Amino acid sequence: MFHSILNKESGGKKQPKAIPVTLSTRIRLARNLRQFPFPGRAEVSQKRAVLSKCIDAMSGIKGLNNSISVEVDDLSELDRQILVEQHLISPELSQVEEGSGIVLTQDRACCIMINEEDHLRIQVLRPGLDFSSVWKHADELDSGIESAINYAYDGELGFLTACPTNLGTGMRASVMMHLPGLVMSKNMDKVINAVNQLGIAVRGLFGEGSDANGSIFQISNQQTLGESESAIIERLNSTLESLVKQENFAREKLLQDDRTRLIDKMSRAIGSLKTCHLIQSAEAMDLLSLVRLATDFGMMPEKFRGLADRMFIEVQPGHVQLSAGKAIDPSRRDELRAELLRNHFLRAPLLDLSSH
Amino acid sequence: MKCHHCDNQSTVHLTQILNGQMHKMDLCEGCAQAKGVTNPENLSISNLMDKVELEVDSNAASMVCESCGTTHQEFKKGGRLGCEACYHVFRPVLDPLLDGMHAGTKHLGKVPAGSESRIQFEQSIHSLKKDLQDAVEKEDYEKAAELRDKLRDLENQTKATA
Repeated sequence: MFHSILNKESGGKKQPKAIPVTLSTRIRLARNLRQFPFPGRAEVSQKRAVLSKCIDAMSGIKGLNNSISVEVDDLSELDRQILVEQHLISPELSQVEEGSGIVLTQDRACCIMINEEDHLRIQVLRPGLDFSSVWKHADELDSGIESAINYAYDGELGFLTACPTNLGTGMRASVMMHLPGLVMSKNMDKVINAVNQLGIAVRGLFGEGSDANGSIFQISNQQTLGESESAIIERLNSTLESLVKQENFAREKLLQDDRTRLIDKMSRAIGSLKTCHLIQSAEAMDLLSLVRLATDFGMMPEKFRGLADRMFIEVQPGHVQLSAGKAIDPSRRDELRAELLRNHFLRAPLLDLSSH
Repeated sequence: MKCHHCDNQSTVHLTQILNGQMHKMDLCEGCAQAKGVTNPENLSISNLMDKVELEVDSNAASMVCESCGTTHQEFKKGGRLGCEACYHVFRPVLDPLLDGMHAGTKHLGKVPAGSESRIQFEQSIHSLKKDLQDAVEKEDYEKAAELRDKLRDLENQTKATA
């Protein structure tokens, strides 16, 4: 049952179209129950009590009637890896021994972690850039759960969390951004520094620092106390807007100053994806990043943007094994990954340079 | 130019752009260091901790949360608190940390209406029971009867809403 949710292609009619630069929006709320120690300090029996209290509280909630709840230790190693690769759970939660759980909706738009660092981590995610609907959804879920549970809350300090960096709203709002222009023009370190000064954090989503695989970064608020949720979102949004501008500017500049080299790179990426027989996930991510960039330039048909986004996830080691139906060793994975990409890019056209 | 926080000459000039509006602040070296603005990348809890420690008296070392057993040393090392009561116990070392870590030190976000009213309710039942006991002990039966009726009303109220 759980396996089938993970294996399902995300999609359906409601899925918004993939857009340039911004891949997805997420809001995470950290909450704890009154009168129970935080998970890091709790006995297994206390964690179990919290787990069942939380699952009971969620059972009647409107937004969660199409969801499934499962204990982490009932999941196979591979299922946990898949959840991490889809960014539904944290690597930390995937490693816990006992007393932690996950509530996941069928459409994977909402995933609640129970007994991670805090008792509850309510997460809502959505493709594209859309904080208002993601916040509304998260806020409703939170209020629904809160109608059945007493949260640890202090009038002055807000929602009490295991780590003081999450105190107050307990909210981490983030977007996943595709920033190949800033990476290729070697401006990413500068941008990270500037954005940090505004209380906004930037980290590579896959890999580390400014050399993130696929040039995909997660941008989020660092501060959670002293501002309302809407003020935090507004501040993040204005930073994101300027990041998008900077990225587009960097792309245009690359195309002007180093046109042939850039076109060569994007063109070869498509060639590699059509012809590879062995490929590691890091290389695959970088090729897919160039495909997404070429699509944004209008040199590839629009549908390749969505395909690149899907492949970013499906080339991850866990997903390659999921589609193989079993655990396989890394060299065989590289072969299967190459086969997957070849199949998807078989009919990919050459770059259309007519408008450039 | 004088420092925003004290009378020293300012040497650090912080410019932040929030929602398209520019905010400027001039700080002296000391206040800038204390606020952690000189190097935002290193704005980590343990860094801030070291600074705070100089300011907090030696009592901090022996702080321990009676509710969950978390010690000040553990908090310092791991940066995590153990339970809601820790927030009261470690408040003296926490307050300066929060100041450097967040945009402010007062919660301005969502208020969990249900939790708050239920907690207030529990507390008022608790205090009524205590007053009732006191009244009985003092043989003030008139007051005791009054308190008993209040308590009964409150408890009926919960049954009605439950």
